[in-house]
Amino acid sequence: MIKLKINGQERNWDGDPDLPLLWFLRDEIGLTGTKYGCGQALCGSCTVIVDKEAVRSCITSVSDVVNREVTTIEGLHPTGDHAVQKAWRQVNVPQCGYCQAGQIMQAAALLLDNSKPTHDQIREAMSGNICRCGCYQRIENAVHLASTGV
Amino acid sequence: MNIITRPHKLRGIEGRIGIEKISRRSVLTGLGIAGGLVLAAPVTSRQAFAAYETGAGKMPHGTVVDPRVFVAIASDGTVTIVAHRSEMGTGVRTSLPLVVAEEMEADWSRVKVAQAHGDEVKFGNQDTDGSRSTRHYLMPMREIGASARVMLEAAAAKRLGVPVTEVKAVNHEVVHSASGRRLGFGELAADAAKEPVPSIGSLKLKDPKDFRYLGKGQVSIVDLRDITVGTAQYGSDTRLPGMKYAVIARPPVTGGKLVSFDATDAMKVSGVEKVMEVQGWPWPSKFQPLGGVAVIARNTGAAIKGRDALKIVWDDGANGKYDSVAYRSELEQAARKPGLVVRKEGDVDGALKGADKVIVGEYYLPHLAHVSMETPVAVANVRDGKAEIWAPVQSPGGTREDAAKTLGIPEDNVTVNVTLLGGGFGRKSKCDFALEAALISKAIGAPVKVQWTREDDLRHDFLHTVSVERIEAGLDKSGKVIAWRHRSVAPTIASTFAANAVHAAPFELGMGLIDMPFEIANIQCENPEAAAHARIGWFRSVSNIPRAFAVQSMVGELAHATNRDQKDMLLELIGSPRLVKLDSVKDPWNYGEPFDSYPIDTGRLRRVVELVADKGGWGRSVPKGHGLGIAVHRSFVSYIATIVEVAVDDKGKLSIPRVDTAIDCGTFVNPERIQSQIEGAAIMGLSLAKYGEITFKDGKVQQGNFDNFPVVRMDEAPLITNVHIVPVAADTPPSGVGEPGVPPFAPALVNAIFAATGKRIRALPIGKQLET
Ligand code: FES
Ligand code: FES
Repeated sequence: MIKLKINGQERNWDGDPDLPLLWFLRDEIGLTGTKYGCGQALCGSCTVIVDKEAVRSCITSVSDVVNREVTTIEGLHPTGDHAVQKAWRQVNVPQCGYCQAGQIMQAAALLLDNSKPTHDQIREAMSGNICRCGCYQRIENAVHLASTGV
Repeated sequence: MNIITRPHKLRGIEGRIGIEKISRRSVLTGLGIAGGLVLAAPVTSRQAFAAYETGAGKMPHGTVVDPRVFVAIASDGTVTIVAHRSEMGTGVRTSLPLVVAEEMEADWSRVKVAQAHGDEVKFGNQDTDGSRSTRHYLMPMREIGASARVMLEAAAAKRLGVPVTEVKAVNHEVVHSASGRRLGFGELAADAAKEPVPSIGSLKLKDPKDFRYLGKGQVSIVDLRDITVGTAQYGSDTRLPGMKYAVIARPPVTGGKLVSFDATDAMKVSGVEKVMEVQGWPWPSKFQPLGGVAVIARNTGAAIKGRDALKIVWDDGANGKYDSVAYRSELEQAARKPGLVVRKEGDVDGALKGADKVIVGEYYLPHLAHVSMETPVAVANVRDGKAEIWAPVQSPGGTREDAAKTLGIPEDNVTVNVTLLGGGFGRKSKCDFALEAALISKAIGAPVKVQWTREDDLRHDFLHTVSVERIEAGLDKSGKVIAWRHRSVAPTIASTFAANAVHAAPFELGMGLIDMPFEIANIQCENPEAAAHARIGWFRSVSNIPRAFAVQSMVGELAHATNRDQKDMLLELIGSPRLVKLDSVKDPWNYGEPFDSYPIDTGRLRRVVELVADKGGWGRSVPKGHGLGIAVHRSFVSYIATIVEVAVDDKGKLSIPRVDTAIDCGTFVNPERIQSQIEGAAIMGLSLAKYGEITFKDGKVQQGNFDNFPVVRMDEAPLITNVHIVPVAADTPPSGVGEPGVPPFAPALVNAIFAATGKRIRALPIGKQLET
């Protein structure tokens, strides 16, 4: 039996220890905010925060996160008002919105590491996350807004 | 992504559905809200009435202009408005209900949006494609809102005992200004529901100067908050009690078949519960499933692992030799010989022979995959002869029809719930993935989700076609273009529906070939034959991509050959402001719209060129290694011009400091969403120009994921994209926004690259062509 801590809650898993965390989150415990986009760590849709780092849950197995704190989009902020989430709404970032949970988690992790990233640092840090709708200009501006308030 | 969404079925012949065909059952159960605007007395005729005609009435099931279907008011005043088009990122789920709210004077903060299930008899056409939602529904939605307003005002006048002319709906209340009395929409709901629906001819629409929401761009999309907190429901997020998870191994070659499979190892994978064959349809398979072997498990991860362990023998069938390298030269050969003439003015052969100079450009554009971030996915629950489907489909009505036929049950027994779409771009106008889920659910007697992996998506897409466009332009001594021959050769979308379709369908010819707007004395457009060896489908802006690329690249080539500025050359070719007549074209296709409302207006084409040149700083001096390029294209009856500034470093790596796009899309609802669509179109245009290529070898797609089918990421995105919207008179018919931003981007980029480097890119993707 594997014991996990997700969004502050204990979770158990007695199936395949190699199951990607992504499918455990989505299918086994119903946290569908985390999305599938490629399954190969190429797109960032499945990004969650493990301890303080952005992690691609599609290539992370359940057994890899034992004794670590996993945060998903659902657990990022109790009322959904993390600075990044608020900035996203203020800038009207999303088009279809499918990639945005991953983008927001990546941005939140970036700000944990570097509270005042430059535009170049934002572009660099966010480049693992694909948005096929092409919201990049707004994502960049929203991360900047979340970090600086302007 | 076009008017003939489902050409095999000729759904258009059903025509417009009158109000009387709407059953009481569907009206009364519509939204299930107490005190809803439910009308007792039927109205006889509610034909859409407008200052302009659109092609909406010719769409399958036409339009339904009925407030009882689209609006409900609860006694607490909450107004619910139905969104009957699919949301894939354009903002339509917000903008059309916003139009209703505007006209009925509802307070947007008290409006809820309810998504319609697939039912075109009830809601009218629901095919969300062809950039036509606003075009076809702006006026009907205004009329629906105005009708509801009139009913509320009538109810209030009766309650207050005053003539209806003395009351007025204002911001969720009806006000009698003489006495200062006011009644909220909630208080009036039950009485308003008993009022007759006014005839459309009697409606007085709001004066645009009184608009609170339309054209303002201050309303965010209704799903914004849910998206940012992870609760927005996409197709992949549907969960049902007892639901199983399935992935399918499909024939690797289009038209291939399953011979045999061994599931022994797959069944040993922890979590795998069942392996079964899925029925496939013979090629051309339309939107039907490709067939294969399904692995059903307790979660998607287990299903994928199980599928990896399958041993399968396939019969590759007739397309097993499809090879992109060989096919390209086939297309090139075809483009160098005369083909079916589809437009002819003057004498091109003679004029080319007599020309002082002939410039020839041959342009190649490969297959493209849609790769919406959400891969195809659907949930179905089929039991006791009834089916319920949850799916991110652009075609809820068509999905319902196809599911009924595939399962052999009446359409009334099929419910298609439309989730949010994690991107669509045309892929999700084909419902094969929903049909797969329905077939598997029926077989296992349990709800099931069929998830496509990214590899499935790339290998079994309905691809954008592959094309060679060859243009010969003849110049006289003065450098004036006197002859223009354009041969366009590409497998047709019709091949997905009919075996042996080798010529472009009229809707494909109408996308940038026969509608070419230049003022040239001798014009000939030809369409040589091309056979398809893969599933071809609509990709955002469709045939406009290769046509705009060829035509606008040729403009750049001509500017260079005659030593002129690109923009000047472009304006000279467009010529005088006029309406282009296509007299030599038999039945010219105009995005399904009448030419009277939507002519090919070169005045408007010129205006977007001039606007983008002005706002985008055409002619500004740029640093060494930078270049500016311009292109214009009319598509989806909108006019769009783009200027790209490119920077190419000494290793041949390109970056985009700035993009400017001007769009004339007629009257518009939400400029903020126009801006986001155009920003996105620049990214998609850059992706296809830089990287987009699906290739086949031995009949199989060679790409599988974003490592070998890259798309643009943030570090290479344009630093800034400016969008300039042309202001138009209030009665200008609305036109497309979702797609038309894409076509001009790639040619503007290659024209910019030429300005920066002197290198002319004639084949996409650019790939390594600039590397030194
Ligand atoms: S799904 Fe994990 S990075 Fe794409
Ligand atoms: S908003 Fe659609 S993929 Fe990013």
